[in-house]
Amino acid sequence: MIGVLRARLRSNGCESGHEACNEMSMTAPSTHSAPPALELRAIDKRFGAVHANRAISLAVAKGSIHGLIGENGAGKSTLMNIIYGFHQADAGEILVNGRAVAIDSPQAAIAAGIGMVHQHFMLVENFTVLENVVLGIEGGRLLAQGLAAARTELERLARDYGLDVPLETVVSELPVGLQQRVEILKALYRRAEILILDEPTAVLTPQEADQLFRLLARLREQGKSVILVTHKLREIMAVTDRVTVMRQGAVVAAVPTRETSLRDLAERMVGRAVLLQVAKGPARPGAPLLTVQDLEVRDDRGVPRVKGVNFELHAGEIVGIAGVAGNGQSELLEACAGIRSPSRGEIRLQDRDLVREGLDPCARRRLGLAHVPEDRLHMGLVTSFAAQANAILGYHDRPAYNRGVATNRAAILAGCEEKMAAYDVRPPNPRLRISAFSGGNQQKLVLAREIGADPSVLLIGQPTRGVDIGAIEFIHKKLVALRDAGKALLIVSVELEEILGLADRILVINGGEIIGEVAPADATEQKLGLMMAGVRGEGGA
Amino acid sequence: MSVPAKLPRWAEFGLLPFINLTVALLLSGAIIRIMGESPWNAFKLMGAGAFGSQDSIGYTLYYATNFIFTGLAVAVAYHAGLFNIGAEGQAYMGGLGTGLVCLGLGHWPLWAVLPLAVLAGAGFGAAWAFIPAWLQARRGSHIVITTIMFNFIAAALMTYLLVNVLIKPGQQSPETREFAPGAVMPAMHELLAKVGISFSATPFNLAFGFALAASVLVWFFIWRTRWGYALRVAGENAQAAVYAGISPPRIIIGAMLLSGALAGGLGLNEIMGAQHRLVLDFPGGAGFVGIAVALMGRNHPAGIFVAAVLFGALYQGGSQLSLDLPKVNRDMVVVIQGLVILLCGAMENLFRAPLAAMFRRKDGE
Repeated sequence: MIGVLRARLRSNGCESGHEACNEMSMTAPSTHSAPPALELRAIDKRFGAVHANRAISLAVAKGSIHGLIGENGAGKSTLMNIIYGFHQADAGEILVNGRAVAIDSPQAAIAAGIGMVHQHFMLVENFTVLENVVLGIEGGRLLAQGLAAARTELERLARDYGLDVPLETVVSELPVGLQQRVEILKALYRRAEILILDEPTAVLTPQEADQLFRLLARLREQGKSVILVTHKLREIMAVTDRVTVMRQGAVVAAVPTRETSLRDLAERMVGRAVLLQVAKGPARPGAPLLTVQDLEVRDDRGVPRVKGVNFELHAGEIVGIAGVAGNGQSELLEACAGIRSPSRGEIRLQDRDLVREGLDPCARRRLGLAHVPEDRLHMGLVTSFAAQANAILGYHDRPAYNRGVATNRAAILAGCEEKMAAYDVRPPNPRLRISAFSGGNQQKLVLAREIGADPSVLLIGQPTRGVDIGAIEFIHKKLVALRDAGKALLIVSVELEEILGLADRILVINGGEIIGEVAPADATEQKLGLMMAGVRGEGGA
Repeated sequence: MSVPAKLPRWAEFGLLPFINLTVALLLSGAIIRIMGESPWNAFKLMGAGAFGSQDSIGYTLYYATNFIFTGLAVAVAYHAGLFNIGAEGQAYMGGLGTGLVCLGLGHWPLWAVLPLAVLAGAGFGAAWAFIPAWLQARRGSHIVITTIMFNFIAAALMTYLLVNVLIKPGQQSPETREFAPGAVMPAMHELLAKVGISFSATPFNLAFGFALAASVLVWFFIWRTRWGYALRVAGENAQAAVYAGISPPRIIIGAMLLSGALAGGLGLNEIMGAQHRLVLDFPGGAGFVGIAVALMGRNHPAGIFVAAVLFGALYQGGSQLSLDLPKVNRDMVVVIQGLVILLCGAMENLFRAPLAAMFRRKDGE
């Protein structure tokens, strides 16, 4: 019976007819149709005062790709963690193939046929692909027996799904796209029928993302169900069959993807009309403020990550650095900010030689070089501190925040309140631990802190990583306003769309070298993607 | 899910230590029962031994003074993300500094000797902490290992000095001559007598006041100055510290100097206040008890004060116990103290998870 139904729903859960779609909708009783692969009924979850999930119901049809979108803090992660057994719902039911299951641990989820690919891979970097896949379920009395059996099975999986991964290669030597495949392989090897992918494209080039989507389509053809959790609306539009939109812990829309649009989804997510494009006029570049010459930066192991980079950053312009994560842009940013000392080359801020003078980040801030780090949780913030203590990080020895030997607590509090008001940080409570704020609000506070010091040059890594659409719009406006006030901005982002929208010039970095400069007007995602993959552009350096 | 579970403040600072202490006492009670004594009677004796008379209160606070100094030492290092197990050795060397000043300048008036004794104690303690700190900051040698080693080096060095160099000529026991009366920390009963309050003669002395002053200063430094802020940033998140222009190696060295200086304060109480001469092994494990005190006191000076008094009471009440109950010998008292340290210090998180689950259930309703 299941087989017949699978055939009916085969290629695409919603293309096989409207009635199928409607029957899959969240409240429809599934009496005479195929039960959904996964169904949630009125899932409710509270964390203390926070109502993270409010009576969430959703159904994922067998052999379909189901999109789940929502702003940060909308409750997507909580929901996925409930499905995967990290959290237990306070109320509600989880049904797999129409049967209620109790999922109280990831093991129970795996047993129920649910697999998860986390945003941050859960791989042992110095193990081979094969070892990673069998980890925890080696089987056999000796490791070799288990590995041999696993190899046969994996070769079959690779054939069935076109999931080619070199089994004997050590994971750390694989590009990110392939590491992600290992995660998928791990789930399939554990006989997952329902695959949850959490922000899977965050670390991929556009080409790698396309490959991933082709893979997902093949999985769908084979009758697997996929839940795609993302905040990238384009991906939802491109690959999903149905989409569920969450806002403030509740489902606000559950529609077939064909019947909606980018703009419609964005508005439902945010709850109001949003500007998807960055509104800005032409740049009026002035004198060069930051000059980087022949810069070489090595990582902690002494491997050169930035190899002889040259560029100038002028007043009144935004320069974007596009590149796949891990191609030296982080090290470049850290060298400019004074966190990492370069092994060769010059970084000049107007007439000061930052490298030769050996200026630390504090001294650079005093000269007007501010820095919004890529990784705000590990670098830009101290998560156990209150918001007000975070609002002075890096500026804590400024006279404004001190009165003699003691800190000026009133000034620190007032400064934080002021920043929170100016950047609409919610909740506007300076005494609240920073970890209690959503990613977007944390980022707004970091930006408020760095921009608040009135820098002439602002270095920004991933301006809107993990930030919801409403806040993205706000942050982009602030950055453009800063540019128009004659400041110089250097932006590193893995979001091509963001670079394309914000930057006045785009430098493409690959393998630690700037391999070309592109004007946003004649850049496309395809062209940039090729350059990011190392194919030199016609405007190459 | 390996992060320590979150508790409401009152449970974190009140309920959890109370549960830990209760369980430790229950276990101790069981052991006393097995030894054939009545636990109830034993605890009554211990309580009376610690707080029952002026005498016992004086002794309890005298012990507590040592634990305040070492507890503060551990706490300061902890806020910088360092686990200083070397308070014992630092206290030992600090006492040497204080002792040398008292021996050498005993003929000076007290108001001149006292500041120098304080400085020498802090200086020697800090110097002893500097080497492991430097090794950690510049060479990456783990501070837990090096500070433990430095405890042994301090012990060996002091034995050598007391046996071969500083020993009072013409005697067998390895100790120095007694300090001149001008170089002795005023005893509390003398000071109180001056303002008309009579108090039994005990080793309880003015060093207690220094310990309280150090507590206030530590609190002010950690939570009210930019240097304390930098220290806490480095302790919580070294990457964020680098980002903010705070140098973690410098913080490591600075925090350990301060930590060692605080541990060195123990000599003011023990050497200058009680023994009035340099003797072998005068810290007597207070450096290690300081770890439990700091843990139990949540690394906050107010909590450290409460925990230090508790441990002072355990020491004083415990020794009373071994006098009054023949079946409970001195070693048994050490076992009881050990249980308290074990449950309040090392296994401090034993009841945290169940307690946190309880609060979550309550919140969930």
